[in-house]
Amino acid sequence: MKKNKSIDWKNYDPNDFYDELIAAKGRPRAAATAITDYLGNLGSEEIQARQQAAELAILEMGISFTIYSEGENIDRAWPFDIIPRVISLREWETIEQGLAQRLTALNMFINDIYNDQNIVKDKVIPKYVFANSKNFREQCRGFTPPLGVWAHICGSDLVRDKDGTVYVLEDNLRVPSGVSYMLENRQLTKRVFPELFDNTSILPVDDYTNQLFDMLASISPRPQDHPKIAVLTPGIFNSAYFEHSFLAQRMGAELVEGADLVVGEDDCVYMRTVEGLERVDVIYRRIDDDFLDPEEFRADSTLGVPGLMRAWRNGKVGLANAPGAGVADDKVIYAFVPDMIRYYLDEEPIIPNVPTWMCVNKQDQEYVLEHLDELVVKPANESGGYGMLVGPHSTKKQRTEFARLIKKNPRNYIAQPTLNLSVAPTLCDEGLAPRHLDLRPFVLQGVRTYVTAGGLTRVAMRKGSLVVNSSQGGGSKDTWIVDEEN
Amino acid sequence: MLSRVAERLYWMARYLERAENNARMIMAFNSLALDMPRETQLSWKSLVAVTGMEALFDQHHQKADERNCVKFLMADGYNPSSIASCIKAARENVRTTRDQIPTDAWEVINELYRYILEHIDQGIGKRARYEFLNEIVGRCQMLNGLLAGCMSHDAGYDFIRVGRNLERADMATRQIEVGALQFLDGWDGTETYGGLLWTSVLRYQSAFQMYRHNVRRKVSGPLVIRFLLQNEPFPRSVLHSLSEVAGALGRLPRNEIPLRTALQAVRHTREGDVDALIRKEDVILFLENLQLEIGELHEDIAETWFPVYETA
Repeated sequence: MKKNKSIDWKNYDPNDFYDELIAAKGRPRAAATAITDYLGNLGSEEIQARQQAAELAILEMGISFTIYSEGENIDRAWPFDIIPRVISLREWETIEQGLAQRLTALNMFINDIYNDQNIVKDKVIPKYVFANSKNFREQCRGFTPPLGVWAHICGSDLVRDKDGTVYVLEDNLRVPSGVSYMLENRQLTKRVFPELFDNTSILPVDDYTNQLFDMLASISPRPQDHPKIAVLTPGIFNSAYFEHSFLAQRMGAELVEGADLVVGEDDCVYMRTVEGLERVDVIYRRIDDDFLDPEEFRADSTLGVPGLMRAWRNGKVGLANAPGAGVADDKVIYAFVPDMIRYYLDEEPIIPNVPTWMCVNKQDQEYVLEHLDELVVKPANESGGYGMLVGPHSTKKQRTEFARLIKKNPRNYIAQPTLNLSVAPTLCDEGLAPRHLDLRPFVLQGVRTYVTAGGLTRVAMRKGSLVVNSSQGGGSKDTWIVDEEN
Repeated sequence: MLSRVAERLYWMARYLERAENNARMIMAFNSLALDMPRETQLSWKSLVAVTGMEALFDQHHQKADERNCVKFLMADGYNPSSIASCIKAARENVRTTRDQIPTDAWEVINELYRYILEHIDQGIGKRARYEFLNEIVGRCQMLNGLLAGCMSHDAGYDFIRVGRNLERADMATRQIEVGALQFLDGWDGTETYGGLLWTSVLRYQSAFQMYRHNVRRKVSGPLVIRFLLQNEPFPRSVLHSLSEVAGALGRLPRNEIPLRTALQAVRHTREGDVDALIRKEDVILFLENLQLEIGELHEDIAETWFPVYETA
């Protein structure tokens, strides 16, 4: 059994990092005092009991994620740390505006790119940036989806550097996942620390699925009726299956697989039900573009629905996110988002980007190759933290390999400074210790724009590690937006 | 409701019922085994025969002793009808229909699955076997209660009802058949242990007490068969179960073919003249025909409502 878990703030030392809960040794931040005081008064047995209660609840509630390892799919219990991460409402309001601003600009960009390409004509973004992007879909040219929105659901990853500045690290516009865990984490905290919710003003997160439903309903081709909404999943073996099922359940939507759907002669999408065929109005698809429609993308896809693109282009079905939206989910495009905000909205970006070197630029590439041991190098299109080089933690051999990769395909690589990600106190085997974390808020855009109150906080559970992905040993925390003035 | 979801709900109910039936049956047999004199060799293998898995058992075991049989019926992963396999399959079906089923029900089946993983050794061993099986029956009942009380009684629930009752009817006919095969030589129940044996067949379906209430005569082969087959009010009799199936099918859309088959099976069960089935062979033939009809009914249901799987 884990030992010595009582929480002694005097001995907790975030070292040189920015700590989300503690301003300086022994001094909690204003928004976090309720939780730090409370935890400080609990004995080690009590803390242990709460952690165990949370672990049991996770098993009982069946909160899991699937990882693929050694040819097998393993269903793992969701890793959760009971100490919440706290952000003050005042700071959050700014972030919220920044995220809404960002997604608005990104959607204008995607629509522009598939239509007039004014941003290229006006020389704000060079054409090569998206011309070679593997997420640019020729099939979407000349089309404008309802409301002009392509990315209805966006998960942007935020990180905080040593000086407290919050940056956007990346925008996930394809099929961002994690929101169900954000909701379940709150359920868990309510079970584990019910007392805290009485005396602290914590913004609720539960409204997300209602907002998601309303947004999806707003892109229905038959808005006057009760729209039939379906969540399209690749199936039980997908790592995010839990989430697909969770969201379908919370929205009262049908959870469908490709084989459940068929596109009729009339270009409408139908699902196979016990009563026969029933029309579907909106599909929240959780499969990648490549697999969406074997008639237009990968012909060998068995996950998709033949004719789905035809149905979408003819306005017979709403698709969220729209096919092709992933063009803006690219780390090279990312570097231009601040320029997009200025170009389309005539505003200054509210949340800054992490400085980014694009290896496709000769000058940048030279700098990157010379500073590989300091930088983080990322492929432009991967997700899940795969295929990265973290300079300061890398070996000579890895750096040589990356230098070769960069020279071979410079468009595919970007580099960023290694940020000193902020930390928060986390219960580890060694007791209370600082661990690095990030934050993924979710943004919905339809008729209106909605930002979750907080988001999913992911924690690197290993000491010193910066990798927060659950597929690679990351954990998570509940995220509290706390109104200190209330 | 999606065809795929209908299929999964149906199978969830069948597997759950199968697990519960197996647990009841082993409990009853276990208690009988304790009562029997030492020189009477009770065949644990007859329980394997009830589940229709004799061939599979023989592939894996040379000796049909208590331990091998109990392990086969409760734990073995290669036996798709073992309690552990059934609960695993039921859980998998719930996991893929979680959006349709009350969240609490998912939690119950998930906990049941974890309970079995953790306690299976106790179930195989003699000492805590009763507690283990009793816990499983209790949790299955809880799940059925949760579904009955918290899930809308719409088409999805009707598929659950169909699956549960079809499985129950199927299992009851097998239990009667194996009972008949084994004990029909003591048909009139005059032997001391003949009565005990038929009592245990009643207990497989938790029917002993209800039999006593309804029949008020000594326990004998023909009376037990008639009760388990045709007693309409008893919820685990073949007639009651098949009537439930027909009732649920009657509420589903496009139901002509399966409903016709179901009503026919109900009629055959009701009209079976048990007193005329004097010879053991006649009883077996009657029950086997009934099982064929139940199999046919499943085929009709699958063809009418479940997705067509294209074979590559």
